[in-house]
Amino acid sequence: MRLSLVLCLLLSSSAARAQVDPQVLEAETARVAVVERASSATIAIFANGGQGGGSGVVISPDGYALSNFHVTHECGPGMKCGMADGKLYDAVIVGLDPTGDVALIKLLGRTDFPHAELADSDQVRVGDWCFTIGNPFLLATDFQPSVAYGVISGVHRYQYPSGTILEYADCLQSDAAINPGNSGGPMFDAQGRLIGINGRGSFEKRGRVNVGVGYAISINQIKNFLGHLRSGRIADHATLGANARSDERRRVMVDDILDESDAYRRGLRYGDVIISCGGRPVSSVNALKNVLGIFPKDWRVPLVFEHRGERSEVLVRLRGVHREAELAELIESQPKAEPEKGKPRPVPGDPKPRPERMPKGHPATKPAPVPEVVKQHYVAKSGYVNYFFNQLNRDRVWKALVARGDYAALRGAWTVVGQAPMNEEVRFELSDTQASIKLPSGELKIELTGALSERPDPPGSGGLLVALSMWRRFLIEGPEKFGDVYYLGTAPLAGREGLMDVLVATHGDVECRFLFDPADGQLAGMEMIPEEDTDPCELYFSQYKEVEGRVLPGRIEARHGDDYLQVFQCREFTFASAAAAEEGGND
Amino acid sequence: MTRLIWTFCLALVTVVTARDFAVAQSFAQVIADNQPKMVKIHGAGGVRGLEAYQSGFLISDQGHVLTVWSYVLDTDYVTVTLDDGRKFEGKLAGADPRLELAVLKIDATDLPSFDVAASVPAEAGSRVLAFSNLFGVAAGDEPASVQHGIVAVKTRLDARRGAFETPYHGPVYVLDAMTNNPGAAGGALLNQHGELLAMLGKELRSAHNNIWLNYAIPVDEMRDSVTRILAGNFRPGEDKPPAKPDEAIDLAELGLVLVPDVLERTPPYVDRVRAGSAAEIAGIKPDDLLVFVGESLVQSCKSLREELARLERDAGLKIVLMRGQELIEVEIPGAKGGEPQTP
Repeated sequence: MRLSLVLCLLLSSSAARAQVDPQVLEAETARVAVVERASSATIAIFANGGQGGGSGVVISPDGYALSNFHVTHECGPGMKCGMADGKLYDAVIVGLDPTGDVALIKLLGRTDFPHAELADSDQVRVGDWCFTIGNPFLLATDFQPSVAYGVISGVHRYQYPSGTILEYADCLQSDAAINPGNSGGPMFDAQGRLIGINGRGSFEKRGRVNVGVGYAISINQIKNFLGHLRSGRIADHATLGANARSDERRRVMVDDILDESDAYRRGLRYGDVIISCGGRPVSSVNALKNVLGIFPKDWRVPLVFEHRGERSEVLVRLRGVHREAELAELIESQPKAEPEKGKPRPVPGDPKPRPERMPKGHPATKPAPVPEVVKQHYVAKSGYVNYFFNQLNRDRVWKALVARGDYAALRGAWTVVGQAPMNEEVRFELSDTQASIKLPSGELKIELTGALSERPDPPGSGGLLVALSMWRRFLIEGPEKFGDVYYLGTAPLAGREGLMDVLVATHGDVECRFLFDPADGQLAGMEMIPEEDTDPCELYFSQYKEVEGRVLPGRIEARHGDDYLQVFQCREFTFASAAAAEEGGND
Repeated sequence: MTRLIWTFCLALVTVVTARDFAVAQSFAQVIADNQPKMVKIHGAGGVRGLEAYQSGFLISDQGHVLTVWSYVLDTDYVTVTLDDGRKFEGKLAGADPRLELAVLKIDATDLPSFDVAASVPAEAGSRVLAFSNLFGVAAGDEPASVQHGIVAVKTRLDARRGAFETPYHGPVYVLDAMTNNPGAAGGALLNQHGELLAMLGKELRSAHNNIWLNYAIPVDEMRDSVTRILAGNFRPGEDKPPAKPDEAIDLAELGLVLVPDVLERTPPYVDRVRAGSAAEIAGIKPDDLLVFVGESLVQSCKSLREELARLERDAGLKIVLMRGQELIEVEIPGAKGGEPQTP
């Protein structure tokens, strides 16, 4: 019956085709091509053994793919991904953003995966056509994804956590069908570029199926988190450390602020009016939550505010929303309700899931062992999603740096001679045990023993000498021997375009962050943080030039808080070798 | 084979629903042009299943807002939030429960608005855009949600009598988009050129098969009523100047006992009807909700008493009441005619 109806429709369609405007046919052909291309990058995700599942999308030829945290959470380290070519690939978990409900996985076995192009989702407008592709109701048992067309119903939507950790900030709203099983799947613009990852719907009383209101996490937000996701860690979202409310003139006022927050140190106070954040005007509390929701913890973003009528523009370092232990606990915990076999994870949006009838997927025969190829790409470590990828990126960054100069053998004293801001000569001497700065006006020397966090010299610098010593130590020792060193992800750096790779390195009682420009692999900056919730000593390295086989910074800018700024032009570097260090040590 | 057929079906659906990307470009402009006319309405409700919000749109530059007549308006504190985030107190300018419409007035001028007189009809197959604050997604200056679809059919709501319990039985546009969600009622339905077609109706679920209906009431159907409200008729009783008739009507005399008046605005539900009274003979029953007395909308026990106090007892009385989802009109003959006649 249904078959004959469809055939009738097909016949009538071909009869009508003769009279269709050629432009319409062209548009149709273009659209079919776009959908086909987009489908080829879409994946159907199944847990090993067939427990649950959802959707995802490949974003790079080497197989990195995005999905939802709530889809991959139950899969464990490995999962199976079906693609439109009918093939099933093994995939391994890489990184998670539980608050933003995003997971990064990596498909294994190819270096030429079809992948989606990432759009600029801030350019998406209400009324734009869009389409979702995925695996609703786990229909795609042959991995042929389903396609649903719609329009963008809203942009920059804020959706409260609704009883879970998942907070959908700055998301896209669409009337394209998003059903259970579509979770983690892509939302594309009309040109087939990836604008978001589907993950949530408004449901309430009509059962857990599409009611024309679905939400996608914007791809621009995910771009901010991508470095963190690649780090094999659990990413956290950000807060100002301040609460805000709207006043009767619809200005957004600071209602409450933490004394230990960077925002407070930068001058933000109770009652101040927030004008813009992260480069976006803040016209409502939701607008502020939206903009904060797109940034990872620890990023520094521009904040414009008015304090007693006076306007301030500052860079503020954002705090984390959760404690690290809190997130680690969440990742390590099993999902509360195990979905039935072959049943998709419900789409979040309603804290109280209702019973629903789902078609059954392929029945699991027996619990599948973790495939060998997954084991090769997975290293378990407490606090990490997959330590394998942290090491991978840490080593990648380090290798790029060593290619521009190997310092491993230069374990003796280093001398940097240059010009201080008032053109006077400055001379830094750095060794394993001491650090000094010599200016015509005098010399200051510190011993590098005991608590380094208690040596903020020179005064006002926040620990310039300790920072330079850590810079030397890092270049000599590398990430293996420096202390605890891990890859944090990516973050912006003032004065530089794009995002920097960040390594976090702890030695003694100080934490350092080294920021590398992925464009040339060079160290662009570092921060030495003597204590949590204090201003770091910041060093910015630039004007690199090659000197005797090593690329060295011609300019080092030191900053601390709002007041300390010193620029050193470096003229001469002298590196003593290990042998010299021993001799020196005998003096 | 089945899968192949589904793939063809998908291709077909794609052909029908998405003609040209160029249309989307104009959508974006039409949407941008019309968002400033949409409003968010917050009022009574908030208990489970009864959202305290609905949608509406401006129909005059003097701050008249067309929306659905519902429990949300059943409070003295209705807030109307404009697209730019400005908030105003919404006063009920009038309502027509037969069409389930209400007009609110806010104290603002020079507002972008639709002209109800210029609304156009739509045919089955017309492409439409639905604007509403469904699920209360938008707050403050955040724009209303926009969905797109086509008019599946223009039909009467009572085409299947008893399937949809609603006082309105007239023509509606049935839509293929899921427009009628919580909070969407009162939203605007436009065609792709941005012309006003209809107002999204309240949530309706078929008593037969539990299917939720996505529909909108054509503005053509509402035009007369809205025009009368804008002209000052259908005004709620409270706004009228007190009149002092020689011999006013009182409830006891009619044989009506209302529910105890315990709220600021207790809905005028009938608690008891005295046996043999004029009210009983007219057909009024316990649990009926009195909606209109004469031409006046009565929203509370208090306003009902005030309205009755304005009426001459010998003039006769027309009452519109709601029984379940049915609007019923009853007439109580004037006292001068002696004892009421059995109808």
